[in-house]
Amino acid sequence: MKKLIKILQGRIIDPSRGLDQIGDLYILEDRIIDPNTLDAAERYEIEEIPAGGKIVAPGLIDIHVHLREPGQTAKETIATGALAAAVGGYTTIVAMPNTQPVVDHPSVVSWVRQRAAETACVNVLPSACLSQGAEGERLAPMASLKAAGVVAFTDDGRCIQNNELMRRAMEYAAMLGVPVMDHCQDYSLTQGAVMHEGEWSVRLGLRGWPSIAEEIIVARNILLCEMTGARVHCQHLSSAGSVRLIREARARGLPISAEVTPHHLSFTDAELRDYDTLYKVNPPLRTGEDRLALLEGVIDGTISILASDHAPHCGYEKEVEFDLAPFGMINLETQLAVYIQLFIESGRLSWLQLLDKLTTQPAALLGLKNKGTLADGADADVTIIDPHVDWEATDETFRSKSRNTPFLNRKFRGRAIRTIVAGKTVWDEGRG
Amino acid sequence: MNPWPHKDLVSIRQLTRDQFDYLLQTARSFKEILSRPIKKVPSLRGKTVVNLFVEPSTRTRLSFELAATRLSADVLNLDSDTSSFKKGESLLDTARNLQSMGADIIILRHNAAGSADFLARRLPAHIINAGDGAHEHPTQAILDVFTIRERLGSLENKRVLIVGDILHSRVARSNIYALKLYGADITLVGPPTLVPRVFESLGVRVAHELDAHLPTADVIYLLRIQHERQRATYFPGVNDYVYLYGLTPARLGLCKPTAIIMHPGPMNRGVEIHSDIADSPQSTILEQVNNGLAVRMAVLYALAAGTAQMAFPTA
Ligand SMILES: [Zn+2]
Repeated sequence: MKKLIKILQGRIIDPSRGLDQIGDLYILEDRIIDPNTLDAAERYEIEEIPAGGKIVAPGLIDIHVHLREPGQTAKETIATGALAAAVGGYTTIVAMPNTQPVVDHPSVVSWVRQRAAETACVNVLPSACLSQGAEGERLAPMASLKAAGVVAFTDDGRCIQNNELMRRAMEYAAMLGVPVMDHCQDYSLTQGAVMHEGEWSVRLGLRGWPSIAEEIIVARNILLCEMTGARVHCQHLSSAGSVRLIREARARGLPISAEVTPHHLSFTDAELRDYDTLYKVNPPLRTGEDRLALLEGVIDGTISILASDHAPHCGYEKEVEFDLAPFGMINLETQLAVYIQLFIESGRLSWLQLLDKLTTQPAALLGLKNKGTLADGADADVTIIDPHVDWEATDETFRSKSRNTPFLNRKFRGRAIRTIVAGKTVWDEGRG
Repeated sequence: MNPWPHKDLVSIRQLTRDQFDYLLQTARSFKEILSRPIKKVPSLRGKTVVNLFVEPSTRTRLSFELAATRLSADVLNLDSDTSSFKKGESLLDTARNLQSMGADIIILRHNAAGSADFLARRLPAHIINAGDGAHEHPTQAILDVFTIRERLGSLENKRVLIVGDILHSRVARSNIYALKLYGADITLVGPPTLVPRVFESLGVRVAHELDAHLPTADVIYLLRIQHERQRATYFPGVNDYVYLYGLTPARLGLCKPTAIIMHPGPMNRGVEIHSDIADSPQSTILEQVNNGLAVRMAVLYALAAGTAQMAFPTA
């Protein structure tokens, strides 16, 4: 007997079709279906999910997640990272390739896909390195990697410094129709740097990381995007200057996009005043003006994608002198609540606009036809959000293996209460 | 007097003017004791003081060691050469071990900014910051203020030039906070690579040309140029530095005869300071070393006294 799920009387918000209305959503097996096409004679196993007062959205997509497997499974695994994603309302995540070994060979892609199929409760889409070993010296076998199933190329965590190599990588990516995602960092300007260069780095005596180290590479990527026609995406923007450059480039119609993380939208470099390593991230937290420019960039659409840069680390690794701590924080489970607070509660974005950046836009970047939408026939990846529920992010609420987040013990309003992947409930707040 | 309120001395910024005054007065009474034939008091008898020097500095370590000895403490020295760091043990684990062995006060010298603060938040032992990266070196600033007040009396509206590599200098940062507490007028002088404008956010003036500021200065504080550790991009070379900022006899001629010349040591004779000036009556370099001992005794005394009343030690 086929399974039919009826999600009843929810506020269905589907940015792919500009839809925001109360109604019922039907899922047959692993697809979304138009109820008018159901066969009246057929009998179904029916599950009804009341969704009054709740938002029914396409499953959220996070294009920037570090799962640490293979290689560093004490921090996270594909299984725990996927569960953390489900708890956060995400049905699809893109795994960054800077694992151990790095994903620069089709055999590693196959391994990750196999492992995900066996252990992950959400869709885990692998990305692969642009360069062999992510060392920025020779191109990775991009065509074979695409054939093995990667959705994007990135040396994330590293940045190709050789402009000629970046040009060739973009030419290849354009030919293959796969996007390039770049971590924008000029190394000559960031030697030994651990925080934003400014008043706080001067006070704290920490090595400063100027904004221009990012902006120079953003500008390079814009020029190479124009030259090669590649689909280019700049990861985790941190500075007002980067926002301005992307805004101008998009206005000229270039196929370039950008993302921002919950922490760059929430914090400034002043948070480092007590040398708290939880706030040590790459790129670094910047000034209040930068933060406002990033918020403005999201609101005016310059920054079209919100992503977590979920970066798990063990407690003891962060419990060291600031210079020695690794960069990064986890975000999968708290980011939706952060976005709700920043954009919905402030009234600066509508739900339709916010969800666009969490579903339609990332799906479009990756060329995913049946995801990020609730159109008939699409994959039955659905997130049900309760925008009014008050909750606290405690040690017990996390499913990630790591706890490196300043959002721990924060109170929030609004979260995903049910996450459905291919017609299967993978997270149900009521059932834990 | 209220009890000394701080478990640790991590930063000058944690001190009020009253607390700073108390340290200066305590240091003055210790300096008097140090001039006696028997230079030892029992204030820290039974206490264990550990010099944890992850970044080596023989001078500073000896100064703290002698200060603790004069106060009758037991002193342990743990240098980067002998410590477990070479075996990869973390700072926190090493310090926890020392705590378990009964260390009451840990004096930390470390090349990472914030490391003293990091230990202070995690251990019950008193932590004294003996220099953490480019962040702070509080006892140096206290001894510098002590020395200036001995020479010039009040610091109110006195013009202080701090010359050299401010960006990488913990001494400069601690001195800026300390001198401002006493109402000094501070100008930082050096090339824009080492004295960026952003220092103005600390309430000081930034200048790139030395000669114009010499005639009005009451204190000329020279910092050590660590050209061997300096990345080439900050710094065209020693000759170029001497040309722009070296305190030569010609430049001394521009200064007030009452101006004092200070240096935290160790100095590069012929680079930031001409050798004759280092040995001149205007130089306070050896007084700074001598006062450092009394000031470090005062800091150890204040922390170890803990909840006891703030009172000046009398022999
Ligand atoms: Zn990343």
